[in-house]
Amino acid sequence: MKGRFGKYGGRFVPETLIPALEELEAAYERASADEVFQAELDGYLRRYCGRPTSLYQAERLTRLLGGPRIYLKREDLLHTGAHKINNTMGQVLLARRMGKARIIAETGAGQHGVATATAAAMFGLECEVYMGAEDIVRQELNVYRMRLLGAKVVPVESGTRTLKDAINEALRDWVTNVRSTFYVIGSVVGPHPYPTMVRDFQSVIGRETRAQILQETGRLPDALVACVGGGSNAMGLFYPFKDDASVRMVGVEAGGLGIPTEHHAATLVAGTPGVLHGAYSYLLQDAGGQIRGTHSVSAGLDYPGVGPEHSFFKDTGRAEYVAVTDDEALEGFRMLARTEGIIPALEPAHAVAYLRTLVRTMRRDQTVILGLSGRGDKDVQHVARLEQG
Amino acid sequence: MSRIAAVFESLRTRRRPAFMPFVVAGDPDLRTTARVVETLVDAGADLVELGVPFSDPVADGPTNQRAYQRALAGGTQLAQVLDLVTALRRRHSVPIVLLSYFNPIVQFGQARFCVEAVRAGVDGVVAPDLPPDEADDLIAAARPAGLDTIFLLSPTSTDARIRLVAQRSTGFIYCVSLTGVTGAREHLSPDVSALVGRIRTHTALPVCVGFGVSTPEQAQQVGAVADGVIVGSAIVALLERSDGVVRLRELAGALRAALDGVTVGEAAP
Repeated sequence: MKGRFGKYGGRFVPETLIPALEELEAAYERASADEVFQAELDGYLRRYCGRPTSLYQAERLTRLLGGPRIYLKREDLLHTGAHKINNTMGQVLLARRMGKARIIAETGAGQHGVATATAAAMFGLECEVYMGAEDIVRQELNVYRMRLLGAKVVPVESGTRTLKDAINEALRDWVTNVRSTFYVIGSVVGPHPYPTMVRDFQSVIGRETRAQILQETGRLPDALVACVGGGSNAMGLFYPFKDDASVRMVGVEAGGLGIPTEHHAATLVAGTPGVLHGAYSYLLQDAGGQIRGTHSVSAGLDYPGVGPEHSFFKDTGRAEYVAVTDDEALEGFRMLARTEGIIPALEPAHAVAYLRTLVRTMRRDQTVILGLSGRGDKDVQHVARLEQG
Repeated sequence: MSRIAAVFESLRTRRRPAFMPFVVAGDPDLRTTARVVETLVDAGADLVELGVPFSDPVADGPTNQRAYQRALAGGTQLAQVLDLVTALRRRHSVPIVLLSYFNPIVQFGQARFCVEAVRAGVDGVVAPDLPPDEADDLIAAARPAGLDTIFLLSPTSTDARIRLVAQRSTGFIYCVSLTGVTGAREHLSPDVSALVGRIRTHTALPVCVGFGVSTPEQAQQVGAVADGVIVGSAIVALLERSDGVVRLRELAGALRAALDGVTVGEAAP
């Protein structure tokens, strides 16, 4: 069935949005089959965003951990500092094609908000970004960046005042202004066609990686590892390898203060299936179906849902999902900075931290590729504050 | 004939629109909701719509969001709402419609929900984030249980959507008056009449209009074209006040009186 990944996915939204999703689906199908659109997007990704990003062999990190060869897919080098712009360029180009003059988005860590504001500024479109009041405090640098880019940042005070509530508020805006507005969703979540469309836009990560590693080593990698909040950078890296059965895929979720404490955001590790934000997927919820509050040191992973295709990969066993704690992620953050001179965002720092465990299951002659989804500039102040306690 | 169908048939012969108030069950506690329903029925409610609390109500504006939060803080979830309906049924025969976001129903179990809801005395269910395309399981469980499935239409609905919703709805169709979330508005959308007219060309089911209907004047305008008028946020907002239940009697009485003054199919005075 269209828009389904096994039993996951679907389109669970108010009726008002159904015609808009149908219109979006049709426009996206036309665009993805249209060479002119693809060439236009590709051109912006190369000349404006800085693609292709490099695949970098992390030799000191490899030596430190004493296991398989570690490569980093450097999405942190992209314009705006994270993989998010792969998707926002695609969606904003599509919005322009559809004649929508107003762009809205939600943001957690602020990276998607910045990437949306950037694309909107470049094409001269009006942009409003919903952001949880709690996240506005944690990520004030990105708030300022969005404002510099001409976007209006709308604080969301409802619910848990984080990403989940920012999506609720963006959906409410979209229901209200659906005729004029394009909702740029930032991850492989939401109602169909978003999980498919965002996956396709992010798959540039995996396509490049596949070609680069084949050129460099002459063979496929043995494992891929990436952090999973909503799951867009992981899906972008994994998807082009999904039919390569020898390639292990590991998604790393935010274990917060530890899974037993319930203060975490490890949806696939500790959740159960349900309906949130337009899709049937794994969720963190109570027995009555109320969505639970989450905790993570990283605002970008602080979300009680996950992309439906990840739920499908979990159930079929195509990918495995694990969690690391806040403290482990902070250790990963420092480890990469000191060994490689790269300060990662706190989100991929979770994947970096998991390398310690992963390498013990692998041989030295094997290779693992880590999706380094963003750079850590936005987190430096936050980490400094945590260190001061 | 279901209780919902019977009420609309009786109203239709008199060409009177139904008055259907909405409140969030358990706001701020279930005992208050029982008193509120009592008041609404005394004031002449033809059907009562009870909201099942949910943490992430994306179709609702701030007023109902706060009510859901208060109800959740008081420990009310779907199971407790069914207990409330069981208790209400001992005294009232008014049709009761549950409005629930889909996830609480999914977690309860869709088949179990339909059976237990009907056993408690619920007559119909509306899930604002469940379009009919995704409702095969719910409909398959609801039909044999005798639970009406009410789907929504809105100003953005195409004729194809209207046909689908009409085909899969039983009881009545819930017509959203505007593009937006629930909540009081100063003015009604001028397109409501045309929208209801468009829906009527596809179905003989009663069409009830909600979202943004808050004053007796607005209810009267809507009542002139629709089979039922749903008033939610205006009532929920009153209940946030300390004298809420007293004020509710006045508002519900005024809404009832306004609707008694109109005939469906004739323009409001």
